[in-house]
Amino acid sequence: MITVKNLTKRYARTVAVDQVSFEVAKGQIVGFLGPNGAGKTTTMRMLTCFLPPSAGTANVAGFDVLEHPLEVKKRIGYLPETPPIYPEMETAEYLKFVGKLKGLRGADLQKRIDYVSERCAIADVKTKLLGKLSKGYRQRVGLAQAIIHNPDVLILDEPTAGLDPKQINETRDLIKDLAGEHTIILSTHILPEVEQTCEQVIIINKGKLVATDSVRNLQARARGAESVLVEVGGRDGSLELPIVQHKLEQVPGIGRVLCKQQVDGRAVFEIESQKGQMIRGDLARAIVQSGWDLNELRPSAMSLEEIFLQLTGSDATVEAENEKVEAVPEGVQP
Amino acid sequence: MRNAWIICRKELGSYFASPIAYLLLTMFGLIFGYFFWTAVAVFVVEGMEMQMRGQMFPMNVNEQIIRPLFMNVSVIGLFMIPLITMRLFAEEKRTGTIELLATSPIRDMEIILGKWMAALLLYSSLLLFTALNFAFLFRYGNPDWKPLLVGYLGLLLQAGALLAIGTFISTLTRNQIIAGAATFAVCLLLYVFGWVSSFESATWARVLSYTSVSNHFESFVRGVIDSKDAIFFVTVIFLGLFLTARSMESLRWRS
Repeated sequence: MITVKNLTKRYARTVAVDQVSFEVAKGQIVGFLGPNGAGKTTTMRMLTCFLPPSAGTANVAGFDVLEHPLEVKKRIGYLPETPPIYPEMETAEYLKFVGKLKGLRGADLQKRIDYVSERCAIADVKTKLLGKLSKGYRQRVGLAQAIIHNPDVLILDEPTAGLDPKQINETRDLIKDLAGEHTIILSTHILPEVEQTCEQVIIINKGKLVATDSVRNLQARARGAESVLVEVGGRDGSLELPIVQHKLEQVPGIGRVLCKQQVDGRAVFEIESQKGQMIRGDLARAIVQSGWDLNELRPSAMSLEEIFLQLTGSDATVEAENEKVEAVPEGVQP
Repeated sequence: MRNAWIICRKELGSYFASPIAYLLLTMFGLIFGYFFWTAVAVFVVEGMEMQMRGQMFPMNVNEQIIRPLFMNVSVIGLFMIPLITMRLFAEEKRTGTIELLATSPIRDMEIILGKWMAALLLYSSLLLFTALNFAFLFRYGNPDWKPLLVGYLGLLLQAGALLAIGTFISTLTRNQIIAGAATFAVCLLLYVFGWVSSFESATWARVLSYTSVSNHFESFVRGVIDSKDAIFFVTVIFLGLFLTARSMESLRWRS
């Protein structure tokens, strides 16, 4: 449904999107994941024909974004980061306007307005001014606007940003619901969101494609081998590191032993099992039987979050992310 | 064209849903009403004086009331036009709704035409006030209606040209005040460029004064449709809308 090849967007000084390629099959929900400023919005804007790519091609629903923008636009629904609503319009009036823009007329238009109002649960605010609606309602009106012409492809830019937890769940359910009929790309920087709603993940960072895989594969990658952190202490305050290391390596099923830190008489090891082996019991026994103290033993299984950080290569992003979730979204920067 | 009409309807709706249309109507109504009242009063007083002195110069409603009033309207228009056009694109850029328009299956030119037409229609609704006042002249006097219509045509052409320029300027910024102020400056300059011809006759002065909207407007006020002047306004309209289209396109490439 969507084929992107070496898509690049250069600005005067920066490269916002650098040679990104991916494919999305019909009917899939794809999560577009990356820290802020990674190029998610820019990529989406290129897919929606809002921005022309500097290089590379993007093919949406069988049409090239540069050569047949009108045909592409007919087949996409787009919800930008800030829902594109006119505060002085009433909900029904707005949907009618957007429907007409997208080429709907007459009875068809009315039918679709009724349908999307019901689908997005905005029927009760039909005669309210959009400017007076709460953030959650605005987001749903934005979603209604995106699906009004029943597009093949839905492109949603951070559809849950700025909503409260209940609204986030509702929006996610709605999106999952829509997946059958539409091919959906949604961008987000919230990992659980991808785990919950998407089948496929595309991770980008600093404009570059980092990984594209199914959520299941990524999770398998995260949970395949057990990894534990062990703190071992010597009885009399002294601990001979090589001996401990050797002993630990003798335990059956161990893949790799790594000493992470050592402070007078105590040492922390990170131990990885071989694939599919449970090692914690044997490990504890081996340490205690050798006469050392087992101060701590905890699993350090890699979560999707860690994979993400590993791939995007920075710890700072998560904190930045958390701040962003609470921050009021700023105006769009076209 | 149908899409342009959809945009136009929406823009008109926005004008009349917000206070701006009513504010403009009130301001224009008050200002023009005052001008009309003074023009008629002067005309009446002059008429009485002439009768008392026994002079019977022919007095002409068209020349003594309508013609100066048309000049006044075109000057008031200079103040109204920036207020009409400043929001057209600047607001859409600020609120992000431009993304909706730009990702809908319509052409840039349809968006631009729709917005420009809405601006022109709002300006025309201001002119309705003047028609209301002029109706009194027909009730109590006997003005010639043909120069009146030509005058209106001139007003619409002049406004169309300045509105096209304003529309273009509105695409350059996301700040309405900047758009409005810049449009006002350009409109005013285009109006007063004609003055140079009174003291300078070099080529540059002739070119400058040729770009002046007031020079081209005068013939219409006299009741004459001069093709040279009509073509000037139509050219400026096309130029303004063309620049708007280019600006929208560059918006996408730069952004």
